Amino acid sequence: MRLRQALVLVAALNATFLATGCGGAGGSKTGGGAELVVGVYGSLTGNDATFGESTKLGVELALAELVAAKQGKIGGLTVRTVVEDDQGRAEEAATVVQKLINQDRVIAVIGEVASSRSLAAAPICQAAGVPMITPSSTNPKVTEVGSFISRMCFIDPFQGTVMARFAARNLGLKKVAILKDVKSDYSVGLSQYFTEAFKAAGGSIVVEQAYTAGDQDFSAQLTAIKARHPDAIFIPGYYTEVGLIARKARELGLTCPLLGGDGWESDQLLEIGGEALNGAYYSNHFASDNPDPKLQEFLKNFRAKFGKDPDAIGGLAYDAANVLFASLEKLATEDADAFKGLASSMAGTVERKEAEQDLALLIAATKDYPGVTGIITLDANRNASKPAVVLEIKGGKKIFNTSINP
Amino acid sequence: MSEFLQQLVNGVTWGSVYALIALGYTMVYGILRLINFAHGDVYMLGAFMGLYASRWFHAGESPNAFKALAVLVTSMVLCALIGMVIERLAYKPVRKSPRLAALITAIGVSLLLENGGVLLFGASPRFFPQIVEQRNIPLGMGVTLSNQQLIVIVVSLVLMLALRWLVTSTRVGKAMQAVSHNHMAAALMGISVDRIITFTFMIGSALAAAAGVLVALQSPKIEPYMGILPGLKAFVAAVLGGIGNIPGAVVGGLVMGVAEVLVTGYLSPTYRDAIAFVLLIFILLVRPAGIFGKAVAEKV
Repeated sequence: MRLRQALVLVAALNATFLATGCGGAGGSKTGGGAELVVGVYGSLTGNDATFGESTKLGVELALAELVAAKQGKIGGLTVRTVVEDDQGRAEEAATVVQKLINQDRVIAVIGEVASSRSLAAAPICQAAGVPMITPSSTNPKVTEVGSFISRMCFIDPFQGTVMARFAARNLGLKKVAILKDVKSDYSVGLSQYFTEAFKAAGGSIVVEQAYTAGDQDFSAQLTAIKARHPDAIFIPGYYTEVGLIARKARELGLTCPLLGGDGWESDQLLEIGGEALNGAYYSNHFASDNPDPKLQEFLKNFRAKFGKDPDAIGGLAYDAANVLFASLEKLATEDADAFKGLASSMAGTVERKEAEQDLALLIAATKDYPGVTGIITLDANRNASKPAVVLEIKGGKKIFNTSINP
Repeated sequence: MSEFLQQLVNGVTWGSVYALIALGYTMVYGILRLINFAHGDVYMLGAFMGLYASRWFHAGESPNAFKALAVLVTSMVLCALIGMVIERLAYKPVRKSPRLAALITAIGVSLLLENGGVLLFGASPRFFPQIVEQRNIPLGMGVTLSNQQLIVIVVSLVLMLALRWLVTSTRVGKAMQAVSHNHMAAALMGISVDRIITFTFMIGSALAAAAGVLVALQSPKIEPYMGILPGLKAFVAAVLGGIGNIPGAVVGGLVMGVAEVLVTGYLSPTYRDAIAFVLLIFILLVRPAGIFGKAVAEKV
């Protein structure tokens, strides 16, 4: 008992030292010490700000439901979230995750959407032994970082294959052009998997052009694409650029359909692209017109709380938070002693380290969890294997077209 | 062939935007020997003023030419006023100091405008409404020109010709030329040097604002940092044409736009930003005064 008290004292001293040492800002309200602090990071501002915003709201809704059901407590400890903005920049993602781990002393981290930013943060979480759940990064490299990193969505080899098969079989396309973001891990990976699968299905890639997120002008690339007369253009990018590209394509007289991936998922996509996106198809994690009661209840609750429709990014974040809560609950009931290590007062102790390890194992062992984005079962590489849906954009609406199982 | 011609059309469209921004750099340099690094940010403010103006005029709903013109003019007038304020508050106090002080002030103003923009408009991108309904004009040989591209080219051309007329044929323009030759001598001839300098800033800022609105017309994403790179490139364009020289800025801008589009279309888009600086290094090595650098009489 003596030893334990001494350890707690050392930990507390450590915490105050670190907090003051880093400028004392921190915002680590170590009130009571009986909290479970969960970190959330995302692009609340910047080029793809709806990604971060949706993630934040999804987690917020899950927490609100926990508060309503159990006064926000798991195993006697109150859950609190700390949200950080990485401004949509990979280097900033690394910084805010360092801050969450070292100053806020979080027990787990939820984020990011963009794979490049998840890849910047994952090695930090892995090295610190803090479990990280990415709700919606699809690049396979993210969970390959290590055993503490898991994800709630399918991965790009699957998504690329889905879109390639859809293009070849359902739409009967032969010649596709690709326009990808060369600086995004997501975009480069997805176009590679799409190319492989599309060629295997008997199609050909007639031209591959590139851009960089933040570009203003896409006329040169689209003119080069137009000269090859493709049946469709595959644009595995994020919604802001996709909207701009779609408009420019129509301006240059390109009338072929546009294809894309889950990076298109944002309510701003149609605002930016407008009519230019009519007849476009993209793969996604859910279709909001799916009658599944669990999904419909989530949509209803989200609308009631935030006054707008959630996108799939928000749904995945909601699932990520719930999977984390379920794993915490499990740890609290199965190994109450180990669970105590997660209390905020235990930051920096050996017990905390062991408890985080247990938590990571429990998250990785998630099986048949009924999420709003589908049944979540994590495989040996901590990736969820779920069906993908293909949405069609028609008359300013996203309409369910087909669902493809892994 | 049709692809190449289409790329030229794309290049000339962007080039005219660079030319408009470059004119502001060149005019201010001609008159003050100051490189106004905040000029790219005035271009950004122009786009935002255009955004607010188009809300004010409801230009997004049932767009017509009259509303679009109102948006353009409002943005230009507001930015001219901003240019005046910047000159009076930031540059006038350091005009008698060494030139380095003014240059550093310019960088300071640039940072102030960018981060002030983040504070005011937010860091997330905003989207410009479609104030001109998009239509395509086929030019034959597989080349299409959108009416928005046409507007960019025509408005730029009109503004450039207006500027030329202003500088060469009006009293104010002649006073500007005089001031650019020698402040002291111009003052002795009864020209109010302060007023002429402020006027030059206002004209330059209005042109940058026009560039901002024209870019937003066809590439509707606007954000507070959007002025940095176009500003730098337009500066390179001004140097390319011979800084201080008005036709030089126009030619420099067009060369820059076409070079960028051709590099993106035929080489790799990753070289797009590099080509500007390759051109800069090349021109500094071969002809440091720029393409039209010798024509001193043209200096504003």
